[in-house]
Amino acid sequence: MLLTYLKVFLTGGIICLIGQILITKTKMTSARILVLFMCLGVFLEGVGIYQYVVDFGKAGATVPIIGFGRTLAKGVIKDVSTKGFLGIFTGGLAATAAGIAASVIFSFFVALIFHSKTKHS
Amino acid sequence: MNKEERNKKYLAYVSSKSPKTREWPTLFYAFVIGGLICCFGQLVNDTLQMWFPAMTETELGAWTLIVIIFITCVLTGIGVFDDIARFAGAGTIIPITGFANSICSSAIEFRREGIIFGMCAKMFTVAGPVIVCAVVSSTLVGIVYLLI
Repeated sequence: MLLTYLKVFLTGGIICLIGQILITKTKMTSARILVLFMCLGVFLEGVGIYQYVVDFGKAGATVPIIGFGRTLAKGVIKDVSTKGFLGIFTGGLAATAAGIAASVIFSFFVALIFHSKTKHS
Repeated sequence: MNKEERNKKYLAYVSSKSPKTREWPTLFYAFVIGGLICCFGQLVNDTLQMWFPAMTETELGAWTLIVIIFITCVLTGIGVFDDIARFAGAGTIIPITGFANSICSSAIEFRREGIIFGMCAKMFTVAGPVIVCAVVSSTLVGIVYLLI
């Protein structure tokens, strides 16, 4: 139990550490970092390596944005094997629909309720 | 003084005046906060599994993300998230919290420009590229898998 959480902590921490090193070294904006990690997740799942990371790190590997890309690629691969060509179009967004829809829905209502504050920098 | 030399001097001056972010604490915070957020995700996952044993792993993963996204949006709304993000850096950007926060903060920021063309349109200033790139790159993966 505790060992699982340690593995989760390490995996998630190291992925974030790599991101932070990239930010400090290359001055990339957060949007670029997100795009880069997302594409990395798609690539790693396509190659088939990422499943091992998930088996080791559980939520430490699925909660970072890499896991989002991985879910997308996984959905595409699954749908391609069952539906064929149509799967390329339907698989990815269907698999990640929960995350995207949740972000949009909650953001919509939060933005309706809370007003923009001037940032106290 | 030619132009190139002047530019070089100017850049050196700028870097000497701009505030230095100390690297080691930032790396440490990114590691710890990122790890903690993932641990929280695992905790949500385990709790849900205990309450609803019938759920499949995919459903559990989806619910975990939804819970984390909900908390992120609320924290962004009340303004706490910015305070955490300021010292956590990539620790909050790389987990799904960064994705949710980018949508939510843009939505709140552009609310004043109107609901449709302000909030709804500009919600995706950061998340849009992410979704587009993800869909395009996963299409490539799909084509490769279709061929082999």
